[in-house]
Amino acid sequence: MIHRHIDVGSVLRGAVCELYSNLVTRPTGAAVRSEIERAVAQAGARTVTVIDFSQVTLLDFSCADEIVAKLMLRHVMDAADAIAGATDAAEAARAAGEAPAEGYFVFRGICERHLEAIEAVLERHGLAIVAIAEGATPQLVGEVAPHERLLWERLRAIGPADAHTLAGDAGLAEAAVVETLARLTRRRLAMPVDGGYLAVGLRVPPAPPTPERAA
Amino acid sequence: MSAVLTLPPSLDDVSFEQVIAQLAEVPAGARVLVDARHVRWASPYGLTALLALAQSRAVRPGFAPPEAEETVSYWGRTGFFRHAESLYDFGRPVPRARASGESSVLLEITPVGEAGDVHHVVERIQERSAAILHDALGLEARATIGFSMTLSEACQNIVEHAGCGGWVAVQTYTWKRRLGRRVAVIAVCDAGVGFRRSLESNRVRAAGGLGDRWDDGQALEQAVLRGVSRFTERGRGQGLAGVRRFVTKWGGKLSVRSGTARIGLVPAWDDDVPLAEGLPPFPGAQVQITIPAAAPAPGAPGRAAAPAVERLELL
Repeated sequence: MIHRHIDVGSVLRGAVCELYSNLVTRPTGAAVRSEIERAVAQAGARTVTVIDFSQVTLLDFSCADEIVAKLMLRHVMDAADAIAGATDAAEAARAAGEAPAEGYFVFRGICERHLEAIEAVLERHGLAIVAIAEGATPQLVGEVAPHERLLWERLRAIGPADAHTLAGDAGLAEAAVVETLARLTRRRLAMPVDGGYLAVGLRVPPAPPTPERAA
Repeated sequence: MSAVLTLPPSLDDVSFEQVIAQLAEVPAGARVLVDARHVRWASPYGLTALLALAQSRAVRPGFAPPEAEETVSYWGRTGFFRHAESLYDFGRPVPRARASGESSVLLEITPVGEAGDVHHVVERIQERSAAILHDALGLEARATIGFSMTLSEACQNIVEHAGCGGWVAVQTYTWKRRLGRRVAVIAVCDAGVGFRRSLESNRVRAAGGLGDRWDDGQALEQAVLRGVSRFTERGRGQGLAGVRRFVTKWGGKLSVRSGTARIGLVPAWDDDVPLAEGLPPFPGAQVQITIPAAAPAPGAPGRAAAPAVERLELL
């Protein structure tokens, strides 16, 4: 599994304007998302991309929709299509003997000043993300059903586990756990590993030092 | 011969309606002279709306500046004359701003026409908003972020929907008449296509999905209250919804005028109506967002209780 770190503040300054420090406006969000998608596409099949917002002062609703919601929407739809064998892109990849891109995302450096916009756009689209605040454990943010949250938090606590183990741990029927894990996988909140499942956000390497952090 | 539009001594969102009423009597191609000689005070809405008024005219209007020196000085500091001189004929030297001490202008009048302008506005406001909103208005630090987000979304309304440029200004002042507290006011005005015409390009509207009745009031209701945008993708329309949430959270007022209607989120401390229709026509969109200083603790001597925002009910 590949882990890729993308500092959104650096992408903003590189792709849009060196002078900007705020993620505002749709064109800005679209430009930043294009850069992120380009980097994800280069990485290959299964990639966990850590999108780091630590250096972003302000994130408005339009930018949150362009960057967070549209990024997740695309990969959640890819996941659904890969399972259903539905899209032309998925079919073309299969015909070429390639696995469709399997992108997972962790949003790091998310703090209160970003949450209002992110929660609003996730709610609008019925999405959820894995977010990590500075020095904190991964959390689910957005639209999450109680069973999904319970199982994801158990996965986060005990590490990779199969449905049988998780059912015993959570005190739930195994059939219901299988169904919920499939849903978490489609939503890119958990991933299948070695016959079991891993909560996205675990095993993420620490953020590389930036000039600001090093100082 | 010019038609004279006489400005009231105090020019704000309410009294500007008198100006629009006078303007409605003037034929579209006629020249107007805006007589500001007796104005003593103007809100950010009044000043940015004056620029939009000039923008809306086919024939360049004349402008008679205020007679009061302090009014001229203040308008100069807001940047009004700098923008007005490209829109109005002054017939004499345009007043210049003089350096001054402390100012209540959070953001001087700034043109907005493209996404880069919104970045500029947000960067500028962040330099001062934390100190003024937190220290002077007593708002929690997180209000500063919401204020900047609100400003950004209000400005983007021009970029995405107006079809021409507009202006934004932010100021704090004490609102003695209605509230007795300091307020921070954002005004964003343009003379573009307005909400009704913008939404008419929405395929939902074209398919009759917005109902049989269709006028400026209905367009404002759809855009401001229901989050409908001329763009059909699902993520659109969240900007104004975010503005609404911020205004409600901090006990503020949101007012949006477009065409012949004005819609608002009206808090308990204000006596405006939630929806006014049949107003004299004025092109484009004029947005005012008013955030009051934090309410003193209930029961504190001589202090008012926190303003509760009324739910907006459509007439």
